[in-house]
Amino acid sequence: MLSRVAERTYWAARYLERIENTVRLISVYDKLMYDLPTSVGIGWYNLITINSAEEAFDERYKVQDERNVIKFLLSEENNPVSVVSNLRFARENLRTTRDVIPAQSWVMINELNLFVTENLQQGINRSQRFNFLNGVIKICQQIQGLLMGTMPRDAAWGFMKLGRNVERADMTTRLLDAGVRAQLQVMDDAEAINSQQIIWGQVLRSLDADQSYRRAVRSSVKGHQVARYIIEDTAFPRSITYCLSAVKDSLEMLPHCKPVVSVVKKTQKDRLTPMDYIDLGIPLKDFLNDMQLDIAAIHSSISKNWFTYQ
Amino acid sequence: MTNIWNTYACEDFYDEVMSSPGNARKPAKKLVSYFKTLSEETVELHRKAAESTIKEMGVSFTVYSEQGNIDRSWPFDIVPRTINKTQWDVTAAGLKQRLKALNMFIDDIYNDQQIIKDGVVPSYVLEQSENFRKECVGFSPPLGVWAHICGTDLVRDADGEFYVLEDNLRVPSGVSYMLENRSITKRILPELFEEIKIAPIDDYCTQLFETLIVLSPRDIPSPVVAVLTPGIYNSAYFEHAFLAQNMGCELVEGADLVVKDDDCVYMKTISGLERVDVIYRRIDDLFIDPEVFNEDSQLGVAGLMRAWKAGNVGLANAPGAGVADDKVIYAFVPDIIRYYLKEEPILKNVETYLCYDEEQRQYVIDNIEKLVIKPANESGGYGMLVGPHSTKKERDKFVKLINENPRNYIGQPTLALSTAPAFVGKNQLEPRHLDLRPFVLQGKDSYVTMGGLTRVAMKKGSLVVNSSQGGGSKDTWIVE
Repeated sequence: MLSRVAERTYWAARYLERIENTVRLISVYDKLMYDLPTSVGIGWYNLITINSAEEAFDERYKVQDERNVIKFLLSEENNPVSVVSNLRFARENLRTTRDVIPAQSWVMINELNLFVTENLQQGINRSQRFNFLNGVIKICQQIQGLLMGTMPRDAAWGFMKLGRNVERADMTTRLLDAGVRAQLQVMDDAEAINSQQIIWGQVLRSLDADQSYRRAVRSSVKGHQVARYIIEDTAFPRSITYCLSAVKDSLEMLPHCKPVVSVVKKTQKDRLTPMDYIDLGIPLKDFLNDMQLDIAAIHSSISKNWFTYQ
Repeated sequence: MTNIWNTYACEDFYDEVMSSPGNARKPAKKLVSYFKTLSEETVELHRKAAESTIKEMGVSFTVYSEQGNIDRSWPFDIVPRTINKTQWDVTAAGLKQRLKALNMFIDDIYNDQQIIKDGVVPSYVLEQSENFRKECVGFSPPLGVWAHICGTDLVRDADGEFYVLEDNLRVPSGVSYMLENRSITKRILPELFEEIKIAPIDDYCTQLFETLIVLSPRDIPSPVVAVLTPGIYNSAYFEHAFLAQNMGCELVEGADLVVKDDDCVYMKTISGLERVDVIYRRIDDLFIDPEVFNEDSQLGVAGLMRAWKAGNVGLANAPGAGVADDKVIYAFVPDIIRYYLKEEPILKNVETYLCYDEEQRQYVIDNIEKLVIKPANESGGYGMLVGPHSTKKERDKFVKLINENPRNYIGQPTLALSTAPAFVGKNQLEPRHLDLRPFVLQGKDSYVTMGGLTRVAMKKGSLVVNSSQGGGSKDTWIVE
């Protein structure tokens, strides 16, 4: 497999994953905003913080309100993390890897593109937003299903899976981070306990983890248990532990993988150590920060090992 | 309400589908009676279905403009163009004959130049040829074939006969659109494929692969074949990806390849370097190797010519094949066929005046209002003058150009290009001019596509069919 094609396949998977995650995140916030007491100072702007896009947002908008945040995340062509940008990147990457991906996935990404272009306004207006977001998630999942069902388990598949799980792990740390931030903001509130429940419930929902959490943990939603579940659970496909081991599995399918595998193993061994989750404050924030750095290190090791030819 | 097919005005030109208002030609009979039964709404639905299919399939081409590069959906008209199979078989034989002679000509030109010594083609033609590559002199590729893939442009004149308008021997494009046009039609008019015997076209990619694989220098079970593309910003990128995907081979860009000291070509893969045996290059000669040609080229591969001449890689088409693409050479093709094959040409040329010849030049200048003036080495419909549609200022400019560089210009009569019905609006059926580009392959054997890509000038009265200049296309049916 060509190094260039490997790189583009990897990125196509990352962008596709990012589209789905961004859209899911917006839909979770959409619901969260109705539930939280207005006294709680959690705003739409959190979505910008989660994506580390404060600077880009502040450059374009003065008011940090719902409409601007949604516009920025869905339709802003100059924002590299927006859905339309990611869609453009995903499409360009799939277009240049058409010889290794199933032909039908090219058709589906075009469908997604058409759906988004034609219905973008629905996503921005509140009344139709649910249908729009749901439509995007549906097509993303269709594409994943198609790849899962038709792609041979060769190197191209390895890079797809790799991209997906690196992106997932990264997103999971961001969503947890958002939870921690919100938690820190409501600490002293009179309705703190209620708000905490809502916040952690939404963290779970934004990962589509609420149902599996309840089955696995068999307890009501408590912050420290949610954090532990999302970091440590070995069976939930978006937990950090799971994503890292999926990354390791896909690496092991690829030629000359040792140097990258050892980077992942190091993270698994050194970072995923038993932690005290009771205090959901600074230590967890630090952990998440380090984890993001580790994920970045895994990415650059992949890139160095396969994408840049010496 | 009068049916649009009965009022369709087709009398000014040879119409491919209709012989007179309301009456279809034989191969189109079932097609037209089917369309006559459709309501306005159904036709609109079909048109919409075609449009969305094209968007979904991502069939696009890139248009370069000052506003940047735009990815445009492929323009398509739903009424197929039909050709009688008996007539097509003769045309196909003519196309094979032509390519065979052209390949013998190219091989001769780079070696003994016997045809010039024998006075059949004058030497000035070569001396000033833009596409003659001195780097190829003394070389002969496997089987003596230089142009493995040829896209020949055919037109039909008022008499209903096919004429060759030009031979494209460099990097002809369009075949993927021909194939996609068929799959669109199959989706929107499936009923007709049961009723009418339409020759299938989908074996092209297999045939192309077979043609390429023969060029492998290594005698191994599965040689590595790659399609070399200039990249995503090339207008035919869609096609490059399409062909790679359908042949199951690698789609590479110049930066993916490297020629090592052993004069072999390698591609950079995740497991290291892997040798490449055959390259179907979709990059113009002058950009394929910065070591030999344009040294600033970022698209090519340094050392590719070295590898090719050492016999370590097959290149299709061979560098230098474009020498026969020249519109001045074109004028000599009938003689070239007679000279090498000792046969009469099956297909006719369009009458051509060479401006290099004083007498002919004077004729061209005197009659410029009636003629089409073409530069010898341009493609894509650029840099030409359509006399009857030109202004005085444009004509004066061309007279000046011709006088400055007579070798580079030819004149041809303005043909009454044939037409076919096209939907130009809701319930509006009008004739539009078109041409036909069949694709011809030559390796060990020869092959011609069943039909080819029909390009349509979508502007009323226009004769320019190039997609880069607002042309559209139609599915082409060879009907038994």
